Amino acid sequence: MLASILFTLILIAAVGLFTKKIKSVIRNINLGRDLNLNNRKSERILTMIRVALGQSKMGSKPVAAFFHVILYVGFVIINIEVIEIIIDGVFGTHRVLSFLGNFYNLLIGSFEYLAFLVFIACFVFLSRRNILKLKRFHMKEMTKWPKSDANIILIIEVLLMSAFLIMNACDYQLQILHVGHYFNGEIVGSFPISSHLISLLPANIESLEFIERFCWWFHIIGILAFLNYVPYSKHFHIMLAFPNTYYSKLTPKGQFANMESVTNEVKLMLDPTATPPTADAPPARFGAKDVQDLTWKQLMDSYSCTECGRCTSACPANLTGKLLSPRKIMMDTRDRLEEVGKNIDKHGADYADDKALLGNYISEEELWACTSCNACTEACPVNIDPLSIILDMRRYLVMEQSTAPAELQGMFAKIENNGAPWQFPASDRMNWTKEEN
Amino acid sequence: MEKLVVPTMAEMMAKGERPDVLFWVGCAGSFDDRAKKVTKAVAKILQHSGVSFAVLGTEESCTGDPAKRAGNEFLFQMQAMSNIMVLNGYEVTKIVTACPHCFNTIKNEYPELGGNYEVLHHSQLLQQLIDSGKLKVEGGSFKGKKITFHDPCYLGRANGEYEAPRSVIQKLDIYFTEMKRSRANGLCCGAGGGQMFKEPENGNKDINIERAEEALALNPEIIAVGCPFCMTMISDGVKNFNKENDVQVKDIAEMIADAIEIK
Repeated sequence: MLASILFTLILIAAVGLFTKKIKSVIRNINLGRDLNLNNRKSERILTMIRVALGQSKMGSKPVAAFFHVILYVGFVIINIEVIEIIIDGVFGTHRVLSFLGNFYNLLIGSFEYLAFLVFIACFVFLSRRNILKLKRFHMKEMTKWPKSDANIILIIEVLLMSAFLIMNACDYQLQILHVGHYFNGEIVGSFPISSHLISLLPANIESLEFIERFCWWFHIIGILAFLNYVPYSKHFHIMLAFPNTYYSKLTPKGQFANMESVTNEVKLMLDPTATPPTADAPPARFGAKDVQDLTWKQLMDSYSCTECGRCTSACPANLTGKLLSPRKIMMDTRDRLEEVGKNIDKHGADYADDKALLGNYISEEELWACTSCNACTEACPVNIDPLSIILDMRRYLVMEQSTAPAELQGMFAKIENNGAPWQFPASDRMNWTKEEN
Repeated sequence: MEKLVVPTMAEMMAKGERPDVLFWVGCAGSFDDRAKKVTKAVAKILQHSGVSFAVLGTEESCTGDPAKRAGNEFLFQMQAMSNIMVLNGYEVTKIVTACPHCFNTIKNEYPELGGNYEVLHHSQLLQQLIDSGKLKVEGGSFKGKKITFHDPCYLGRANGEYEAPRSVIQKLDIYFTEMKRSRANGLCCGAGGGQMFKEPENGNKDINIERAEEALALNPEIIAVGCPFCMTMISDGVKNFNKENDVQVKDIAEMIADAIEIK
């Protein structure tokens, strides 16, 4: 009874805390500019099914893809067991779903196999990061928190799976020994993995019961803690991959959005008789200086990034030693957005610090190194678009600050003066027809 | 050799004619000495295949692509809208260009601003001409040559066209070999996004050197390209390894034009 009350309180607290954090994340994402993506719904659903559920873009790195699928399937399916654990916890029952009979045994058995596979996958991933030291996990932006974050998640997974299997082993042994609460006339569940652990367990019933209870509490509190850890972590992608791929860019990768605010002005310049748009809204800033200048989708992208670095390892600028790393663009955007969010929580919505995404986080040198080749967007397993952020910040630099590199300023001037990025008059455009063939 | 006849839209209009296709030459194709050879090759092929085409000539102006990717949306839209006025004035419906940057911009970014055309990269038109029998090519001097193809970002990833250029050059009975980073994983030549017009940022290598190195590792006789910027970047990369006498960098149109002339 006491245990049930305690469990219920912990459950309510954990879910409450999680809800609060999610609300603040949604608030932060909504700090971004409007962008209407409520079109092409069936195409969006198919993209989400293919890319998020089907993990279609993971396959370019087969080893990672294989073990990631194990973690993913393991995570989703083992969480079905959490439903039972929660019911048992609230009502003090034991394996309440066991009335499902053989189907229940099948479920528990498959959970065990999956838990074991997850266990192995975590070790593979830990060794890729810490022993093999794969290059993309050891770049400039992958120190301190991002580095520990990845390891913490994997270690939590290992601990949770261990607790789950040890709990099952004790439970099975207690059922075999026909211990009161655990045994209801027949043995329920199937324990293909944990049955091998029984020989390692103590013989006396009190110790078995203690270990079983300890693992049960450890496992469920661990899961609730993990739930609250996720929104602070790179692991947030397990939730956001779905909406983020739903709102994927569906136009060709080469198509960069035309800025409507510019269209209005250019129309007025080309046709003075055109009527200016009747808007009382304050003049929009051209391009992006800070997170509020980005669209909500770009901000959602930043929360969806799991810092895998596939973008950066495909980026031609990064490959050749330039400062630019598309992953860092996403991590910076998220860090700055979290900072802006915290400022709002502390000082109110109108508070402005003297920092900005451009300058304090992302440097001009990074932005000017991009070739707009779309290797990053192609590589991202959850369809994040770092290129659009780079472009929006270039727009701010050029249209608000006039601070493009001198050669680019020269290129602009030539296009303005003679309609080509090089210094040739339009009258020379047909010269090729007259030259020697 | 056939004489190169290239009418302008203005000349055709004066005669009351309208061509089927506008050949958008582009700035590189008009002014860059190396790219001009590709322009001539495309014109020759169009003429040889009996395609009714014209160019804008002095009325053509930059599509605005480099300005847009470098952040100057104003300049881009100014260029776009004045080009659209010219194109719509001539009632253009179909455009072919040998520049993937022009191709991408006109195809994807002009419609919203009032310019709606069927836009083809020259590799796509060549494929259509071959498929419809209007253009017949045989390997000739290219037969058996080891050739690789460098995907232009703005044709490949940007617009999903990987097959057309490959299928066109494979008509030449070549020994086609693929770089490890190809198609969707193709490595940029380093010129996109305005980089063509500036020095690269500090790093430990230039992107075109990295790419040329990868292509040269296959020991090809020809590195085929489909973009004037890639042409410059890859050629410079090949020169960097002092391989310019052993390995040619050629546009797919040049290869086809060469093959036609041999017949």
